[in-house]
Amino acid sequence: MKSLKRFFTRLFNTATRRAQDERLREEIEEHIALQTAENLRAGLSPVEARRQAKVKFGGVEAVKEDYRAERGLLFIETFLQDLRYAIRLLRKSPGFTIVAILTLALGIGANAVVFAVLNALILRPLNVPDAESLYGIQHGNEASSYQSYLDYLDLRDRNHSFDGLAAFSGAQAGLDTGESPSRVWLYEVSGNYFDVLGIHPFLGRLFHSSDEHGANSAPYIVLSYSFWHTRFQDDRGVVGRTVQVDKHPFTIVGVAPPEFHGTLLFFSPDFFLPIVNQEQVEGENLLNARGKRWIFMAMGHVKPGVTRAQAVADLNSIGSYLEKTYPKDDDQRTFTLARPSLYGDYLGQPVRAFMTGLMLLAALILLASCANLGSLFAARAADRSREVALRLALGSSRVRVLRQLFTEALLLSLMGGAFGIWGSVALLRSMSAWQPFSRWPIQLPVNPDAYVYAVALLLTLASGLLFGAVPVRQVLRTDPYEIVKSGSAARVGGRIGIRDLALVVQIAICAVLVTSSFVAVRGLVRSLHSNFGFEPQNTVLADTDLSMAGYTGDAVQEMQRRMIDVVETIPGVTSVGLINTAPLASGDYKGSLVFTDETADLRPSNAAADSFVFSISPEYFRAAGTVLQSGRTITWHDDKNAPPVAVINQKFASKVFGSVTNAVGGYFKQRDGTRTQVVGVVEDGRYRTLTEDSQPAMFLPLLQSPSSQTYLAVRSDRDPGQLVAAIRSSLRGLDAGLPVYIQPWSKELDNVLFGSRMAAMALGVMGVIGAMLSVTGIFGMAAYSVSKRKRELGIRMALGAQPTEVLGAALGRAVKLLIFGSAVGLLLGILASRVLASIVYTATPRDPLVLAGVVLAMSFVGLLATWIPAQRALSLDPLKLLREE
Amino acid sequence: MKQKTDVLQGTLALMVLKTLDVLGSLHGYGIARRIEQISGDLLAVNQGTLYPVLLKLEQEGAIASEWGASENNRRARFYRLTKEGRKQLQVETQDWEQTAAIIGRFFEAKAEDLS
Repeated sequence: MKSLKRFFTRLFNTATRRAQDERLREEIEEHIALQTAENLRAGLSPVEARRQAKVKFGGVEAVKEDYRAERGLLFIETFLQDLRYAIRLLRKSPGFTIVAILTLALGIGANAVVFAVLNALILRPLNVPDAESLYGIQHGNEASSYQSYLDYLDLRDRNHSFDGLAAFSGAQAGLDTGESPSRVWLYEVSGNYFDVLGIHPFLGRLFHSSDEHGANSAPYIVLSYSFWHTRFQDDRGVVGRTVQVDKHPFTIVGVAPPEFHGTLLFFSPDFFLPIVNQEQVEGENLLNARGKRWIFMAMGHVKPGVTRAQAVADLNSIGSYLEKTYPKDDDQRTFTLARPSLYGDYLGQPVRAFMTGLMLLAALILLASCANLGSLFAARAADRSREVALRLALGSSRVRVLRQLFTEALLLSLMGGAFGIWGSVALLRSMSAWQPFSRWPIQLPVNPDAYVYAVALLLTLASGLLFGAVPVRQVLRTDPYEIVKSGSAARVGGRIGIRDLALVVQIAICAVLVTSSFVAVRGLVRSLHSNFGFEPQNTVLADTDLSMAGYTGDAVQEMQRRMIDVVETIPGVTSVGLINTAPLASGDYKGSLVFTDETADLRPSNAAADSFVFSISPEYFRAAGTVLQSGRTITWHDDKNAPPVAVINQKFASKVFGSVTNAVGGYFKQRDGTRTQVVGVVEDGRYRTLTEDSQPAMFLPLLQSPSSQTYLAVRSDRDPGQLVAAIRSSLRGLDAGLPVYIQPWSKELDNVLFGSRMAAMALGVMGVIGAMLSVTGIFGMAAYSVSKRKRELGIRMALGAQPTEVLGAALGRAVKLLIFGSAVGLLLGILASRVLASIVYTATPRDPLVLAGVVLAMSFVGLLATWIPAQRALSLDPLKLLREE
Repeated sequence: MKQKTDVLQGTLALMVLKTLDVLGSLHGYGIARRIEQISGDLLAVNQGTLYPVLLKLEQEGAIASEWGASENNRRARFYRLTKEGRKQLQVETQDWEQTAAIIGRFFEAKAEDLS
């Protein structure tokens, strides 16, 4: 109680310091006056009486110090004192302050942004109850999780490790709510999906396993909250309404809760639809095809008490059962578990690798800014060595001096951190709202949470302590006697200190960043101009799915021919072709195993190749600009009644037939055993991603391998903008109820280029930050060296040194460090670029342009950083200097 | 060093309380004089050390202070014992006597008493 009371009194006293100081002063004065009077009475002279009184009282300052210590909270008081002093000092050198705050703001801001993304994508679990035990089932031999429906059912019913197993698949459909039909994105989900995840409805009800009674038995949909909000304006009466999905009636039964956006982090569906009704959306019943893997992922909560290894073993035993029972369809069924939110390891692995790399780079940047500020700080401490020496000589403890330095460092870091966090929050907010792909419902929900703020604050404090610690040794070593006697310490240069090392490290880091961003940018530019196996320029894609407008069977093909005919009449159009999924556009690429003609046993392990499968119309290659190398293309005569034919690419030819010449006229077998004759060979191309190796591909006639989902590839010599409008109106003229999505092919490439663009951008930003840091670092060191050696330089000039010699003496060291650091950084950057090659197509550091660019950039950095110090060194006036001391 | 001041402060505090108990309201110089008279050399050179002690006692509530006029008609701070201070004095006097008695007995003890 007593101590608490004292604490508060002290706290109060700290606040009312001045009045208290006054009181003590008055008391001391009175005390000495009374003692003097007493001494006078004893017969001393007035002067001697006062002197004696003072001697008797003892050291006034010591008493004051004791009194203060007794009165207030010494800690807070000295802290406030230090703070005031620090603010005064920082105000005195605004240049240093601004540079320091900016540097820190950049470093901490970069870390906050990268960590927030890392946190949102990787660390934060999916927003469902018990997300910790939720796992997706992934294939053991590759990072994908596709399942066929029948396999899913077996996994669901035969496992003993999961509390229910749910499945989902993404799809696109045409939704007609009475107004104009539009394209929407949906999840086809198993009946138990919501129950397995533990989701409760926001409105109405959700559907359950009990709603499933075979194919197309559950015409219900559950809206996502945001879709309900934007499309139905929060209308609570929407429950029970019937809407048309691809011309099939579905009843809206409920609305999902606002915090649930589906089970893929970046792909939020507009609504959920029972998987048993997939035929109505996909136009093809896939429920009974064991070989067709179209389900995105099966997932569930691992039962409490079951370890991951046990669950995997359980799944693998089901896998081997499937292999044995269905050898034709199921081959190598092994499984692993993965977090569902990034689509297992398919995206999870690259995203994790990339984000870890980025986080590392951000940390390096912060480290560089700390090293930078540390040396600036040490320089300042050295400038103040006289003041420090004086304080030490007057009896201040070294701890007290250091505390003052740390207060200054922390004040700076907090200000820098505040700016950095403010900037990064603004950036993250806009990133969250950003939709990089106009046609995909893809978003990056990266809003910062408490973790992000905590980490940023921690980094702020840590960096403050880090760069504040640099001058510690210097202060501890200060010998007040020496410094006060001989003026400022004259000892400069000679040994290679920590400061030099820090600068080299920093320049090297900057060079690494500059190198990798150059490599990334070059790779990106090159990938834009490389050969894709088609010419995206001057071609417009019109994406339609006739099943969305209710077309089935022969009506589909009839309509497709009419579409081609009507678009061909548009002026300026040179050729029009159809393909089921356009290469490098966003689509669901079909692949299939192929066998040589001689193979009798069509089990997967006997396959000759795994090939992309495309369905095309005759004019497609011309419209796409793909070169036919040999044989003929497909014609309208290759229909159902004609023998099955295919055009294959070079890779296919060399893999299955050994060479192009052997291939034309030859036969191969498709998965289902269909003997197919090769009629032509086209050049290789990129189909799904830019970074993929050359893959085999076959192009089948659309009439023999129909697809209701097609891209109309329209080549023309017209402005794409006008052409888009013309195609839209032509197609609307054919069927007003058909949703179409039209954009230039080059625009579609944005999707596949997204990863490399982001990588190049991130690296570019970091490279710029790194360059800025290096500039401030070299600048600090050069300026410091010039100001420390002013006298020496002055003497040299007085003795007749040439400007170049003066410059060499003043800046030689900084320039040497720059060259050494850049060389190290360039080497490291070349090594680091190997990692980049997996993200950016054709990223290679062995590129003279990249090397030249790095050297040029680093020279520019050096020039920028040493310009002002060099000017200063050259403008020294030896006369003035020598007079000064 | 620190411990020595603590002991000094402790004894000084007790002396201050006793002085105020005996003489009633008194200013700093008066207290110092009084302690000097009785204790001899304790405050001969360091009268100033008294003031931090006075502050501490005041913060603990053992004494209170107010401005008044000194004998030469100047403004001076007068200290007096509070009720709480009187209680504290009693307790500490007892403690002190007890401690002194024990230490005293130890000093008087001879080798044969301890065996």
